[in-house]
Amino acid sequence: MMALQASPSQLLRVRQLSCERDGRVLFAGLDFDLGPGQALQIEGANGAGKTTLLRTLIGSAGDFDGEILWNGRAFPAALPELRAHLLYIGHGAGVRRGLTPLENLAWYGAARDEALRALEQVDLFGFEDSLCQQLSAGQNRRVALARLFLAGAPPLWILDEPLAALDIAGVSGLQGQMACHLSRGGSILFTSHQPVALAGLRTLNLSEFASPEPAGFAEETIDVLA
Amino acid sequence: MSSPETAAHSFTPAARAVPGFMPLFRSELLLALRRRADIANPLLFFVTVLALLPLGVGPEPELLARLAPGMIWVVALLATLLSQESLFRADFEDGSLEQLALTPQPLYFAVLAKVAVHWLVTGLPLALLSPLLGMMLNLPEGGYLSLLLSLLLGTASLSLIGAVGAALTVALRRAGLLLALIVMPLYVPVLIFGTGAVQAAVDGYAYGPQLAILAALLAGGTALAPLAAAGAIRISLDN
Repeated sequence: MMALQASPSQLLRVRQLSCERDGRVLFAGLDFDLGPGQALQIEGANGAGKTTLLRTLIGSAGDFDGEILWNGRAFPAALPELRAHLLYIGHGAGVRRGLTPLENLAWYGAARDEALRALEQVDLFGFEDSLCQQLSAGQNRRVALARLFLAGAPPLWILDEPLAALDIAGVSGLQGQMACHLSRGGSILFTSHQPVALAGLRTLNLSEFASPEPAGFAEETIDVLA
Repeated sequence: MSSPETAAHSFTPAARAVPGFMPLFRSELLLALRRRADIANPLLFFVTVLALLPLGVGPEPELLARLAPGMIWVVALLATLLSQESLFRADFEDGSLEQLALTPQPLYFAVLAKVAVHWLVTGLPLALLSPLLGMMLNLPEGGYLSLLLSLLLGTASLSLIGAVGAALTVALRRAGLLLALIVMPLYVPVLIFGTGAVQAAVDGYAYGPQLAILAALLAGGTALAPLAAAGAIRISLDN
C-alpha cells in the first residue's frame, strides 16, 4: 500500500448541516465523518438534496447552516485546501463535447500515455480520438470516470451518481477502482440509487433528515405530481 | 474495465488540477476552430448587413462615405454581441465551468483565455475584413488604417465587456436580450471613441488620442473584466 504523502489525516466532518434551496429546507441536522479509507453512499428520494449536499461540500453552493470541517478547519477558510485534495464529478460530468476523450483528460492535466492507459481501463480504447459529442451517454460518463483511473488522483472523491448510464462491466470496473482507492487510504463520498458492493461502505439516507414542516409541503407537491 | 491495480499512486495536492493559461488557451482555440459555424455567423452578419446598407439608403457615394465609419462600427459591435451569448454556455451545461471554479488557480486566467480565443475568432476577422467593407461603402482613403486599428483595439474591449454579461446570464435559459441590455451601455464608450478615431482620420485630423483612449479602455478591461466575469460565474454556479 502506498504511503500518503500529503495530509495523512484528511478528514471531512459535517455537523448539524442543513441546506435550503429556493427557500425550502431540504434536510437539517445532518452529521457524518469521512476519514481516510472510508466510503459513504448518500441515498434519498429524488429532490431530497443529494446533489445540493455534494455541491455544498465542494463549496459551489454557499447557502447552508451548520459546520463543515476539513482537517479540523471550518468552511469557508478550509475550502482552498479541501479543493486541492478533491476530485469532483458532478451531474454535468465536465466532459467537453467538442474535444476527444484524450483531449478532455489532457484538459484535466493528464500526460498522453497516462491518459491512454486510463481510457483503456474504462474500455474506451479505440475511441480516444473520436469527438465526445459522437459518443454515447455511457461512453461520455466513462470519459469522466477515466479521471479516477489516472495516477495521482486526489485523495477525496466526491461523485454525483457515478453509476448512472454505466453498463454492468462498467459498474464492476468502477467498484474495483473505488475499492482500490479506499485501500490506498483515499475517501469517497458518492450518491447513488443502486446498491454498491464496497467493503465497509456506510450509507446515509437524506430523506430521514428532511425537515418536518416544509417536507410536508414537498410531499404534497409530489402527490400532485403523482 | 480491467484490473485497477495501476502503477505508483500518491496523493499530492493539486496534482490533478486543470492546467494553467496556455493549455486552457490551446483547448479553447481547438474547440473554437472545430465550431466553424460559430466563427462564420458574426462575420456573415457583418458582411450581409453592410452589403444591404447601400440598397437601403441609396448608392450615393457621398452619403455612404459619411455613414461608413459609424455603420461599420455599429455592425461590428452587434456582430460581437451576437457571438457573445454562447461564450460560457457549453461549459456551464457540461459542468466544466464548475470544474474550472474548483481549481486552485483563479478563474481570472480561464476567463482571459476564453476571451482571447473569442477575440481571435470574431474580433480579429471582423477587423481584418473591415477595410474591404470600407471600400464597399466608399470610405475615404485616409480612414482605412484608423478603421483597422480602432477595430483591432475596440473589438478586444467589446469581447472583454461582453464576457461579464455572458457570465452573469449563463444560468438563464433565454439570455439574449438581457445580455444586450447589460452590456450595451458599457459598449458605448468604445463605440464613441472607435467611430471618433475613424471620423477624425477621414477629416484629416490626428486620430492618435482616440486610439490611445481605446487602448486605455482595453488595458483597464483586461485587468478588470475577467475579475468581474469570474465573480459573476461563481454567482451563476451558486444556484
